[in-house]
Amino acid sequence: MSDNLHPGINLGADHGSDHAGAEATVFGFWVFLMSDLITFGVFFATYAAASDVVGRAGGPGPLELFNLTSVGLQTAILLISSLTCGFSALAVKYKEGVAKVTFWLAVTALLGLAFLALEIKDFADMAAKGGAPTRSGWLSSLWALVGLHGLHITVGILWASVMMALILRRGENHHTKRLMLMFGLYWHFLDLIWIGIFSVVFLGGLA
Amino acid sequence: MTHEQRERRSYFIGFAACAAWTALAFGAVILRLDQITALWIIGVSALAQVVLQFRYFLHIDFSRQKREDLQLILFSALLLAIMVGGTVWILADLDKRMM
Repeated sequence: MSDNLHPGINLGADHGSDHAGAEATVFGFWVFLMSDLITFGVFFATYAAASDVVGRAGGPGPLELFNLTSVGLQTAILLISSLTCGFSALAVKYKEGVAKVTFWLAVTALLGLAFLALEIKDFADMAAKGGAPTRSGWLSSLWALVGLHGLHITVGILWASVMMALILRRGENHHTKRLMLMFGLYWHFLDLIWIGIFSVVFLGGLA
Repeated sequence: MTHEQRERRSYFIGFAACAAWTALAFGAVILRLDQITALWIIGVSALAQVVLQFRYFLHIDFSRQKREDLQLILFSALLLAIMVGGTVWILADLDKRMM
């Protein structure tokens, strides 16, 4: 299929020049995502290096601090939001109208907010149990890694909100369609990073 | 089935398969399997989810991508392997020697 010009969902030939024009922009966004992946990778490496008895410096460990129920809930929420994010991209691609696009974007952003609320609550609980980032090297690297992901989610929610306003005001044009393609990649990418976080940090820590 | 239906279905397939692998990984921890077995299950499950998400959500299909896109992703993976693998290897070795 020569219809695909870039990795990720493509607008397709039905969108004419909007499709062809998206190629360079989306490729550029992939370059950003891959550099962001390296950043996350280094945070993961730092975490791995600090996650042993020495790194814990006599402070509390995963068994005392982690809330597996909350992590499971966050994982489910983020996975569902990946699906709704995909629906918003399909609504653009198959020209289902502004209302559907913004509806699925709103659902995605709200799920993002729910994820963030649970994460912030977990951070607060951890700090209350003596797991503040200043307690040990392990905790510093944990707050940095999980916090960096939370920061990305926050930016994603802001991005989705601005995009909804743009699409409602100006409709779908070459600019907003490109933003939607990039947002889809960004949001799926964050779910990908979360797989690493819950596997390495939370499940790995409690295994 | 139209192209649209096929594309929509692919999101559901990715979602369901990812959910199943996630449940397996959480199950290994909840059922308190021994550490080595649990870590293996978590590791394999994480890898499976990454591959599934690449395939079904990010639409990375290695057969029909343009070369430079694939090269970008593979080169990033190589850099990541060198930096993360190298860091973990060296620091784990140092840790062992200092014990």
